[in-house]
Amino acid sequence: MYNFEFAKPATIAEAVEALAGEEAQALGGGQTLLPTMKQRLAAPATLVSLNAIPEMIGVCVNEAGEVCIGGATPHATVAREAQAQYPALAALASHIGDPAVRNRGTIGGSLANNDPSACYPAAALGSGAVIKTNTRDIPADDYFQGMFETALDEGEIITEVRFPVPQKANYQKFVQPASRFALVGVFVAKYADGVRVAVTGASSDGVFRWHEAEAALSADFSKAAIEGLAAPTGAMISDLHGSGDYRAHLVKVMTGRAVAAAS
Amino acid sequence: MPKDHGIGASSKRREDVRFLTGRGRYTDDINLHGQTYVHFLRSDVAHGRLHKVDTSAAEAMPGVVRIFTGKDFEGVGGLPCGWQVTDRHGNPMQEPAHPVLAQGKVRHVGDPIAAVVAETAAQARNAAEAIVLDIEELPAVVDMKKALSADAPKVHDDLTSNLCYDWGFVEENKGAVDEAFARAAHVTTLELVNNRLSPNAMEPRVAVGDYNAGTDDSTLYTTSQNPHVIRLLMGAFVLGIPEHKLRVVAPDVGGGFGSKIFHYAEEAFCTFAAKQIRRPVKWTCSRSEAFITDAHGRDHVTKIELALDAENNFTALRTETYANMGAYLSTFAPSVPTWLHGTLMAGNYKTPLIYVNVKAVFTNTVPVDAYRGAGRPEATYQLERLVDKAARELGVDPVDLRRQNFVTQFPYATPVAVEYDTGDYHATMDKLLEMIDRDGFEARAAKSKADGKLRGLGINCYIEACGIAPSALVGQLGARAGLYESATVRVNATGGIVVMTGSHSHGQGHETSFAQVVADMIGVPEAQVEIVHGDTANTPMGMGTYGSRSIAVGGSAMVRATEKIINKAKKIAAHLLEASDSDIELKDGQFTVAGTDKSVAWGDVTLAAYVPHNYPLTELEPGLEETAFYDPNNFTYPAGAYACEVEIDPDTGKVRICSFAAADDFGNVINPMIVSGQVHGGLAQGIGQALLENVSYDENGQLLSASYMDYAMPRADDVPFYQVDHSCVTPCTHNPLGVKGCGEAGAIGSPPAVVNAVIDALHRGGMTHVAHIDMPLTPARVWSAMQG
Amino acid sequence: MTQVTMTVNGKAVSGTVEGRTLLAEFLREGLRMTGTHIGCDTSQCGACVVHVNGNAIKSCTALALDLDGASVVTIEGMANPDGSLSVIQQAFQDHHGLQCGFCTPGMVMSAAALLKENPKPTEAEVRAYLEGNICRCTGYHNIVKAIMAASGQDVSAIAAE
Repeated sequence: MYNFEFAKPATIAEAVEALAGEEAQALGGGQTLLPTMKQRLAAPATLVSLNAIPEMIGVCVNEAGEVCIGGATPHATVAREAQAQYPALAALASHIGDPAVRNRGTIGGSLANNDPSACYPAAALGSGAVIKTNTRDIPADDYFQGMFETALDEGEIITEVRFPVPQKANYQKFVQPASRFALVGVFVAKYADGVRVAVTGASSDGVFRWHEAEAALSADFSKAAIEGLAAPTGAMISDLHGSGDYRAHLVKVMTGRAVAAAS
Repeated sequence: MPKDHGIGASSKRREDVRFLTGRGRYTDDINLHGQTYVHFLRSDVAHGRLHKVDTSAAEAMPGVVRIFTGKDFEGVGGLPCGWQVTDRHGNPMQEPAHPVLAQGKVRHVGDPIAAVVAETAAQARNAAEAIVLDIEELPAVVDMKKALSADAPKVHDDLTSNLCYDWGFVEENKGAVDEAFARAAHVTTLELVNNRLSPNAMEPRVAVGDYNAGTDDSTLYTTSQNPHVIRLLMGAFVLGIPEHKLRVVAPDVGGGFGSKIFHYAEEAFCTFAAKQIRRPVKWTCSRSEAFITDAHGRDHVTKIELALDAENNFTALRTETYANMGAYLSTFAPSVPTWLHGTLMAGNYKTPLIYVNVKAVFTNTVPVDAYRGAGRPEATYQLERLVDKAARELGVDPVDLRRQNFVTQFPYATPVAVEYDTGDYHATMDKLLEMIDRDGFEARAAKSKADGKLRGLGINCYIEACGIAPSALVGQLGARAGLYESATVRVNATGGIVVMTGSHSHGQGHETSFAQVVADMIGVPEAQVEIVHGDTANTPMGMGTYGSRSIAVGGSAMVRATEKIINKAKKIAAHLLEASDSDIELKDGQFTVAGTDKSVAWGDVTLAAYVPHNYPLTELEPGLEETAFYDPNNFTYPAGAYACEVEIDPDTGKVRICSFAAADDFGNVINPMIVSGQVHGGLAQGIGQALLENVSYDENGQLLSASYMDYAMPRADDVPFYQVDHSCVTPCTHNPLGVKGCGEAGAIGSPPAVVNAVIDALHRGGMTHVAHIDMPLTPARVWSAMQG
Repeated sequence: MTQVTMTVNGKAVSGTVEGRTLLAEFLREGLRMTGTHIGCDTSQCGACVVHVNGNAIKSCTALALDLDGASVVTIEGMANPDGSLSVIQQAFQDHHGLQCGFCTPGMVMSAAALLKENPKPTEAEVRAYLEGNICRCTGYHNIVKAIMAASGQDVSAIAAE
C-alpha cells in the first residue's frame, strides 16, 4: 500500500479534527479498507484510527429501550453483548467474516463502507436503526444511498448506531462461498407498527427494503404470506456466483426462512 | 497389532515440531545481506502489441536500483518446454517462444513486461507504476473453439494458428473404433467441461537470487518441488550457467500440487538480475499475483462416447477433447492432456477399442499445466460420469455395470499403450460397499426427504498411472528429460545415517517415511536416519516430487542405495567376524554369522569403515556411502473405488457433502497415517473442484476469479470427516517396496463421485431431465438445472 | 518512521515502522519472527492469525501502529515454558493435523482461541470456527480431529489414522 500518516485520537473531537485534514480517512477495524489499500485502490494521506476512542466502543440499552452500539465496536463484542437484548442482531454479528475478522471489524466501519454484500446494512435498514454521527442522527432509510454510497459527509464519523428492538426478528444469510459475504441476506423484523424486510447482497443498488413482502408480512406474519409474491425485481446483481434471477429467487426463499425462524 | 516403527508404522512426523513452533524455514523467511526487491509490472490486458516501455521517469524514483525490460533478455534464452508432443499426422507440436519478460506482445493478463529492482518492495512497486506503457490492445481469444476458427486472432503471430497440436491416440485404431460404434447395441454420449482450477498452495511462490562475484557462483532459493529440474532448465536453456556454477535450494516449501514443478520467469529473472546488479534480488508473490502467474490446471472441454453390446459389455470408447494451454507452453503442459490423460482412458475396464483425440489450443489466458492428478482426473471424470450415465440409460445398477466390465486378469495390456501390472478392482469395490452401508441408503434418503432435502449416492472407480516414469518410454513419447530418481546413503562413523534424496518434500512427510524404510532395512531406530532434500549442493541429481512418484521412484532409489550399503557392511562384518560374507545376516542392527551366536553390531561395522585398522583394505574401500539411481520399468497403477453421499436443498440448489468414502489400493504402505492424510487432502481438492472452485475469465480475457473473494477454496465446513481405507493391497510387481504412490488419488477419484451423487439425488427427486451439470456444482448451477 | 512498542510472547519489543507497516510485516521483517505467515492479501487465508490482547486477529490486516502497546502472542510463543509442545501443538502432531506446515501457525492460533472460548467444541463448532483459516493439504479432517482431541474429547471413533 501507499504510505500515509497515522493518527490515533482518543476522543471523537480529536478524531473529527484529524479527519478535517487533506485526504484523511477514518480507519475502523480495517478489514475491508486495508485489503483495498493493499491493492492500491485507496490512498489516504492520513489514516485516522477510531479504535482507541472509549466513548465509541460498547453495547448498551438507552431509556427508549433501543440497543445502542458504539461505532467502533467490533462484531465479536456485538455478538456477545447484544445477545440478551437483540438476539437476531447478535446472531448476524456472529456470522460476519470469520472469528479473527470479527475481533477487528467494526459496525461503524461496515456501515460507512456500505458494501452491497455486507450484513450490517441489512440489520440497520431492517431495524429502522438510527445512525448517529458526530454531527447528526441519520435514519437508516435515508442513510443507504446505493452501492458503497451513504449519507455521510466527508470526515463525518459514525459514533453510534441505535437499534429499536423488534418483537421478533431473524437474519438469513446465504453465503457466497468464496468471500463468505452474503450472496443474499435477508433481515426480517416485526415491530408493533409493521414488518421491515431488508435485503443485502442481491442488488447493485446495495441494501434495499422489499416493500411488497413488508406489506404482506405486516398483514400476516407467516411464511405463507409471501408465497404468492413475485420475487423482487430491479437491479439484481448477476456475476460468476449467480444470476440476477437466482438472487431474486433466493431473496424470496431467505425471506420465508427468516419469517419462519424469527424469534 | 499395528507396527510401532519401520515400514507400516504410523510414525509421528518429525518435521512437525519445527512447523508447529514457528521454526520452519520457507523461502520468504530467507533474507540475504544487501538484498534488493523486485516488482514485476504485468500486463493488465489479455492481448496487446507492446510498442514502447518508457522507464525514464521510473528510473529516477527513490530507491530504484535498476529496471529491466524485454530488451535486457534479448540475448537470453526463453523458458523451455520439457515435452514435445507429435500430432496425429506425425508433425511436432507448434512451440512458441516464451520470453522471461515480454518482447513485442503481451499474451495474458499477468504477462510480465518490466521488472523494477529497488531497495524496498514498496519502492519497486511505486516505480513500476511510473513506467509508461504504449500497448495497442488486440482482440483476445479465450474460448478454445473460437480460438480455432479461421478468423481468430493469433496468440502467437509466428505460428500458423492457435492449434498447438491435434493428437490422435491410438491413431491406427480410429477406424476400428468407428466400426465398433456402428455395430453398438447402445451408445452413451456425454459432453462436459473439466473446469479450470488454480492450485493455490498456501505458500505463495518466492524466489531469491544471489550471486557471488568472488567465485562466479549463482544461487537461487525458490519454492520448488524439484530444485534439480529448475537448475537444469534455467542453467542450460535460459541463462547459460553450467550446473557446477549454479545452486538451487528449495527449503521448506508450503505445498505444491504441481504448481511448483515448473520453471517460472521470476526464478530466471532473480538469478539473472542478481548477477547483473551484484546484489541479491528477492521476489515474493502476492496471492493476487499468484492467480495470474501460477500455472492453472485442468480446463478441458470434452465429448465422450461409449459403445456397448447387447449384454452391456463396453465395446469401444471415443473421445474428443479441447485442452487449453493458455498463452505459452508451461514446462510440462503438452504432456498433460496427452500421455497423462489418453493413456488412462481404459480406466478399470476391459474396453477393447479406444480412440482419443486431443486438440491443444493457445488462448490469451494464464498457462495451464499439471495440477494434482494432471490428466488423470480429466480421464477419470469423463469415464466415470459416462459409465454412470450409461447405467442410468440402460436401467442397470451402476456398480454392476462397472463390475461386469472390470479388468480382472493381470498383467493387462490396455488398448492405450500402458500395461497394468496388478490390481483387484472388485476388492476395492467390495471394501467400499462395506464402508458405506449402501443398503441403508434408502432409509437415509427417506429421512432427507422428510427434511425437505434430496439425497443422492454417487459411486465410481478410478485408476491412475503413477511412479512417473520409465525414462526410455517417456523419451519415445516426447519427454525431454529422464524421470529416474536418485539417493545417496551416507553412513557416519558412529552409525548415524543420512539419506540425500532427489525427491522433495513439501508436505508429504518424506523426512519421516523415508527414514522408516531405511531404519527398517538396517534395523536401527528411525531417529538414527536423517533425510536431506531440497538443495542441489548436497543431493544427487534428482527429478523431484510430482506424479505420486516419491516413494515409488525416489524410495526405490533409496532402497537400492541402502542395499549397496548393507552389502558392503556385510563384507566388513564378515571380516570382523572372520566369516564368509555370504554367511552374514543383518537383523535388528546386528550382523550375525548364520547358525552361530557370533555377531557384531551395526555401530562396530560403521566405525570400522571409517577407522579401518582391522579392515580388508586390499579388497574394500574404507567408508560407507553409496548412491543409486533408479529408473522404473513401468508406471505404477493405484486404483480404487469412491463413494459420496450428498444432500441438496431444493430451494437453493446448495449441495452438502454428507459422507465421503475412499477405498484405495496403493500397494504396500509405508506410513498409514501419512497415506490417509494424503487421501484426505486430495479428497478436499476434488470436492473443491466439484462444488466450489473455478477459474473464470470474461470474453476479453480479464480474470474474474482473481482473489479468494471470488475463487472459492474449500473450508473446514465444506467437507465432512472422510472414511478412507487402504487395506486392499496388491503390491506393485516391479519396484522393491511394492508401493504405488498415494498423493493424487483423492483428487482423481473424487469429482465424479460428487457429481454422480448430485445427479442421482436429482433423479430420485423426479428431475430426470438433468443428465449432467458442469463443475463446479454451485448452488446457482444446480438450482438453474433443476428449473429445466 | 515511528516508534512502536508492544509485548510479544511476554517480551517487550520495539521498533520503527511506517504508517502502512502491518503487524505481520513488523513481526516477520522487523522482529525476524517468521513463524507468522502471509498467504493472501484479502484477509481470508488465516495463515497470519496471532493473538492481540487475548483475541485472535489477522495480523496481515492490522497496522502495527494501531497496536502500539498491545500484548501479542504468536506461534513462537505457544510452546510450553520448557520448550515442549503445548497440548494443542502436540495434538496436531499426534493426529497429523499438518502437512506442508504453512497454514499451521494460523491454525494453531485459531484453535487456541476457540478452545479458550469453547473448551469442548463439537465437530460442527470446530469447522465453523475455522471459517477464516484455509488449508490446502489436509482436507481439514485431521485438523478438526486434533482440535477435538486437544479439548480432551475422545476422537478414537473418528475414521482413519
